Amino acid sequence: MTQSVFAPWNDPKAKPLIQFRNVTKRFGDFTAIDNLTQDIFEQEFFALLGPSGCGKTTMMRMLAGFETPTEGQILIAGEDMSNVPPNKRAVNMMFQSYALFPHLSVWENIAFGLKREGKDKESIAARVDEMLRLTRLSKFAQRKPHQISGGQRQRVALARSLAKAPKLLLLDEPLGALDKKLRQDTQFELMDIQEKTGTTFVIVTHDQEEAMTVASRVAVMDEGRIIQVATPDVIYEAPNSVYVADFIGDVNLIKGRAEKRAAAPADTTAQPVETPQPPATPAAQVSTQPVDGPQPNEIGEWLQNKLLFPILGKRDPQPKRLPPPAPNTDSRPAKPAPKAEIQPGGLELHWAEGQPPIIASNGDPDLAGQTLTLALRPEKMSISKEKPTAPNVLRGAVIDIAYLGNLSTYHVQLDNGPMVKVQMTNIRRIARRDITWEDVVWVSFSETSGVVLKG
Amino acid sequence: MKRFSWFNATALTLGFAFLYMPMIILVIYSFNASKLVTVWAGFSTQWYGELFRNEEFLNAAWVTIKVAVMSSSIATVLGTMAALVLVRAGRFSGRTLFSGMIYAPLVMPEVITGLSLLLLFIGIGLDRGVLTIVLAHTTFSMCYVSVVVSSRLVSFDQSLEEAALDLGCSAFEAFRLVTLPIIAPAVISGWLLAFTLSLDDLVIASFTTGPSATTLPIKIFSAVRLGVSPEINALSTIMIAIVTIGVITASLVTKQAAVRQARDARMAERPA
Repeated sequence: MTQSVFAPWNDPKAKPLIQFRNVTKRFGDFTAIDNLTQDIFEQEFFALLGPSGCGKTTMMRMLAGFETPTEGQILIAGEDMSNVPPNKRAVNMMFQSYALFPHLSVWENIAFGLKREGKDKESIAARVDEMLRLTRLSKFAQRKPHQISGGQRQRVALARSLAKAPKLLLLDEPLGALDKKLRQDTQFELMDIQEKTGTTFVIVTHDQEEAMTVASRVAVMDEGRIIQVATPDVIYEAPNSVYVADFIGDVNLIKGRAEKRAAAPADTTAQPVETPQPPATPAAQVSTQPVDGPQPNEIGEWLQNKLLFPILGKRDPQPKRLPPPAPNTDSRPAKPAPKAEIQPGGLELHWAEGQPPIIASNGDPDLAGQTLTLALRPEKMSISKEKPTAPNVLRGAVIDIAYLGNLSTYHVQLDNGPMVKVQMTNIRRIARRDITWEDVVWVSFSETSGVVLKG
Repeated sequence: MKRFSWFNATALTLGFAFLYMPMIILVIYSFNASKLVTVWAGFSTQWYGELFRNEEFLNAAWVTIKVAVMSSSIATVLGTMAALVLVRAGRFSGRTLFSGMIYAPLVMPEVITGLSLLLLFIGIGLDRGVLTIVLAHTTFSMCYVSVVVSSRLVSFDQSLEEAALDLGCSAFEAFRLVTLPIIAPAVISGWLLAFTLSLDDLVIASFTTGPSATTLPIKIFSAVRLGVSPEINALSTIMIAIVTIGVITASLVTKQAAVRQARDARMAERPA
């Protein structure tokens, strides 16, 4: 890993700003936080993500000092926070409801915390003006909170919580009340401000997209525990459990019995993909003769035969083409990899009766013999009417198509298997796309596209 | 459709006549020149002059105002505290009992309240006078304040107070700087309610008063037993005038606040 990458969690010498040590919080019989240990580092943008009731808000309220842990310790900058009340902590919070003081103007709201510190008037005024500029609110300084719009209120709340220059800023669902476009703009603004001020941010959200966008690390929580903590790309690409895979984004979960694959490169490993003969289909027959260029459709054929043939003579079955391309184009990714290049090792998953097993060369061979789940992102698969050459090719029928503009999601019922979602970018305009309802299609993906998970 | 039918007009007239006729008669006779209440002898304001020369009435009015101000202020402090605990303290054991008990004096017959207070004051050997009336009025008006304030507190966003703590306030500062200014309208109307209740209370005051303290209601009541004098009419007219001015002012203020809020809402929507 290079030095420039911000990743203090990988540095054993880095001192964490916040340490949760075996923290448990119970409300009566209900355990909100269950023996949780977690470090958060300085200048991190740490997201707590989970469904409602998973304990993420409780964690944040314990950091702010509104709740005290039933067991365990919370340390901020190495100091035990057990007996430190909220008003004595170098921590500020931005509330979900913004909690702006309705009887005070925007200016007075931002100055509120500074006045409590007993600073002199000039430095308070200077700091408030700085915050107003940072959040582009200078025009609204004299307005009351109910005289400004939702987005502006959100920025006042942010300015107020940043005014005291806290070591740690807590954000409780900060963008929940904003509409989608404003939310996206504000996310970037938040990241910008976090970078400018160098404050550590801990954000609570149930919106996974928001967590992925803003955070340096994401903690996925469930029932008072942290299930996985990692950078957004790791959380998405390499979830450690079915729960995380399912919670973040869209995913296909295919259950099956795992078997070990030969570790050495051998010809036999690739065989299961090609050898099984699915019932002959028109698609399979077409695939035997690859089509290189545009082919006339029925109307074109009819026109050719009835009208043009007598005048122009016989049509050349091969369309006119450029001279063969230079050899280096062979390495284009569009070309399916030759069979021999399927990575050896890993697992194969027997997922349906009479179907070829799915090859997952990244699977842990030690898990062989168990029933495992393959988590496969819809965008990592492709769909075609002709059988492609790929490590994993599954046959199915299109049940539903969700057209999203930039993407289309195909719901494909696999033969003898589950329904899967396949996402394709709509490169062509709609009139040119040929896959439609009830078509028999081939779903293909590489041997490393999926993640094999327990359970 | 004819909206103002004969039936509607009659019903309206009868209803308002029923409500306001007694008061109108009272006001008219307060300007009667005759000493006899029921005989009209021409317009005069002499009874108002008499009233302001009548030491007894002025003393009683002064006592009443003193009692009302003191008892409503104490009741507001205690009632607000009670409301804060009952709304905020979460579920402590016996909370339902406590919140039920705070409303009990609302439905308790005044005679019972007055009698029990009298017994208490005799029991602890407290001389009856202004102090005992203040205590008695505080006791029963406190629950009204508590009802008014707690209905406001229920809709109070508690994260406002948490935000104040978060920004460095102590618990008391948070209450003084954030909670109190926001619930102030409810506290003020609680105080006004307690003040009015104290002002016109006759039953409890007559149980707990002593020879040194006569409130206006007691004075009027005992004076009327000797015969209605035009002075009483004049006094009542003044009271009606005060109440009317108060109600009109309050409604004007409320209306203005509504207008301002509507203007603010428009201002917030306009992109700036």
